[in-house]
Amino acid sequence: MVAELTQKENLYQEAFRALQESRGVSSRLDRLRENAMERFVELGFPSVKEEEWKYTNVAAIARTDFKPISSAPSSKSDAELNQLVSVPEARASQLVFIDGALQKNLSSLAALGEHVVVIDLGQAIADERYSEVVCTHLARQADYIVNGFTALNTAFINHGAFIYIPKGVTVEAPIHLLFVARGENTANFPRVLIVAEENSSATIVENFVSAEEAHYLTNAVTEIVLAEGARLEHYKVQRDSIEAFHVATTAVGLGPNSSYDATTITFGAKLSRHDIVVTMDHEGAECGVDGLYLVTGDQHADTHSVIDHRQPQCTSHQLYKGILDGKSRAVFNGKVFVRHNAQKTDAMQTNKNLLLSNDARVDTKPQLEILADDVKCAHGAAVGQIDEEELFYLETRGIHPDLGRNLLTYGFAEEVIAKIKLDSIRKQLDETVLNRLNASLEA
Amino acid sequence: MLEIKNLYAGIDGNEILKGINLTVKKGEIHAIMGPNGSGKSTLAKVLSGHPAYQVTKGEVLYEGKNLLELSPDERAREGIFMAFQYPIEVPGVSNAQFLRLAYNEKRKHLGEEELDPLEFKDLLKERAKVVEMDASLMTRSVNEGFSGGEKKRNEILQMAVLEPKLAVLDETDSGLDIDALRIVAGGVNQLHNANNAVILVTHYQRLLNYIVPHFVHVLAGGRIAKEGGKELALELEQKGYDWLKPMPETSGASARIN
Repeated sequence: MVAELTQKENLYQEAFRALQESRGVSSRLDRLRENAMERFVELGFPSVKEEEWKYTNVAAIARTDFKPISSAPSSKSDAELNQLVSVPEARASQLVFIDGALQKNLSSLAALGEHVVVIDLGQAIADERYSEVVCTHLARQADYIVNGFTALNTAFINHGAFIYIPKGVTVEAPIHLLFVARGENTANFPRVLIVAEENSSATIVENFVSAEEAHYLTNAVTEIVLAEGARLEHYKVQRDSIEAFHVATTAVGLGPNSSYDATTITFGAKLSRHDIVVTMDHEGAECGVDGLYLVTGDQHADTHSVIDHRQPQCTSHQLYKGILDGKSRAVFNGKVFVRHNAQKTDAMQTNKNLLLSNDARVDTKPQLEILADDVKCAHGAAVGQIDEEELFYLETRGIHPDLGRNLLTYGFAEEVIAKIKLDSIRKQLDETVLNRLNASLEA
Repeated sequence: MLEIKNLYAGIDGNEILKGINLTVKKGEIHAIMGPNGSGKSTLAKVLSGHPAYQVTKGEVLYEGKNLLELSPDERAREGIFMAFQYPIEVPGVSNAQFLRLAYNEKRKHLGEEELDPLEFKDLLKERAKVVEMDASLMTRSVNEGFSGGEKKRNEILQMAVLEPKLAVLDETDSGLDIDALRIVAGGVNQLHNANNAVILVTHYQRLLNYIVPHFVHVLAGGRIAKEGGKELALELEQKGYDWLKPMPETSGASARIN
């Protein structure tokens, strides 16, 4: 087994060498990639013996010969791809990637002002106007020393997006990053770096979809840096193929009085893991970190979150809800740290799960670690089934029990979905939830 | 419309109703009164088909059909409505969504065309007048964060939308202040007509000042201990329930469960 794993890692190493050789010299970034690759070779893929990966077995990822790819032609027409996911508000403020490669013909940035930078990360690195900012922030939020997946993604940093919102700029149009996976047995490593300067404001949507029900690995890392007073609304919607693996990290650093609102929606992938880490190392920052996972069949969805209160007067509110059907399984592990110095912290964390089947299972572990003494903190977790009294109430209004169950399940999801401010995303999610429910009704 | 014959029913093996006989005809309003534990609410729950209650004996005919064979949702689509003593909150589902769904389920059942959201909005606006309901309560989740009075008004609004043939109002007056009581009762009076019937389950005579019943039935120990016209309610108001002696075999644990 060890030998086998080593062999797979060598496969990534091989691809890594080929990539490095194909690129021109870019010393600072090359060193980062080299270090990350070395680290990945040392760490390998995590195993269930590690506490953070206890319930999520990624042996199948380690076993598979996923080919790291740098670019691939599109098999679908532009129109077909546009059908996959559309965010009408972002028609002229989006970048589309297929198997990791930017598709210029599908992308448009016409709605963005000239000061806002939204470009391919590879291009940004090569462009001396941006390389300094990129190198200052890249790999600073997402730790590749501990996490093997982040190390692997960092080694393969090439494509992805660099978004820069200058000081005082409010970007009206939501910026949409669409990652389409297509290739069978491919691995792709989307990397996103978002830097929002003082008092800027923006909305960013990351959509992960598949063009075919293919078997592939998406290993994504998104890093976000908010300067003083910056505001960011961030949506991550994962609708990867039901045969795919999706492992992603979102790492966020919050400046003084900045505000970060994240909603992560998980529908797809056979196995998904999302690590979201928000570091509040400046006073007065606030974040809302919400999520919804809706899984069925033998899907596995794992969320690990870390909200780190390091300075006083920061607020974090977290609501994660899960709906599980079939033999699906979910993991929620939420850590909230309140450090010595972080007085007047207001931290709230809730995880609620609705089991629609007797074979579904949730492992939930909210953790609060408080070292300061003047704080307001609360957390809770719940796992339950459809409430029979609620269902009876609906039945007495002439609603069939199957429909009633769906309505209650929809209502359960709405607590997260209704908060989404972007109309098209909220409506699409509503529809997806209703479709999923009807599908399971007919089955 | 409704014929209850020698009905025995209970919960968790405790017999609460011990031989109820009651006939309700179109156009009538019946009040079911009685002390706590007499079986009033059990009767309402049995009529609506609550799964926790078991009928052990007797029958209930609704428009000539065996009501007890129908599931709760079938009963509702056939025109039976129950206003809950404690209306349930349904988070995440707006009042308007919920009402339209229920309304359309009934329309489908009757072979009528469903209403789209816009058509339904007009209907809802019209019906909401019956209970002087604020439009803001339509977009909020069903009963979530509603005051006690708003919840009861919402029950009557549902009745107004669903237009039942037989409405069973379970302690609809409980927890209402005098203004809310007047609105709720006014709503029921507007909705009552010669083609439908209402069963009011209530502990107090107060509600019957506003909704005047044709018949009053007093339950004690799971049986009807006394029957009469609206003046019986006034008599109860003066004398209380103590003078109504329950049947000997009905004292004890079962009579206290309600």
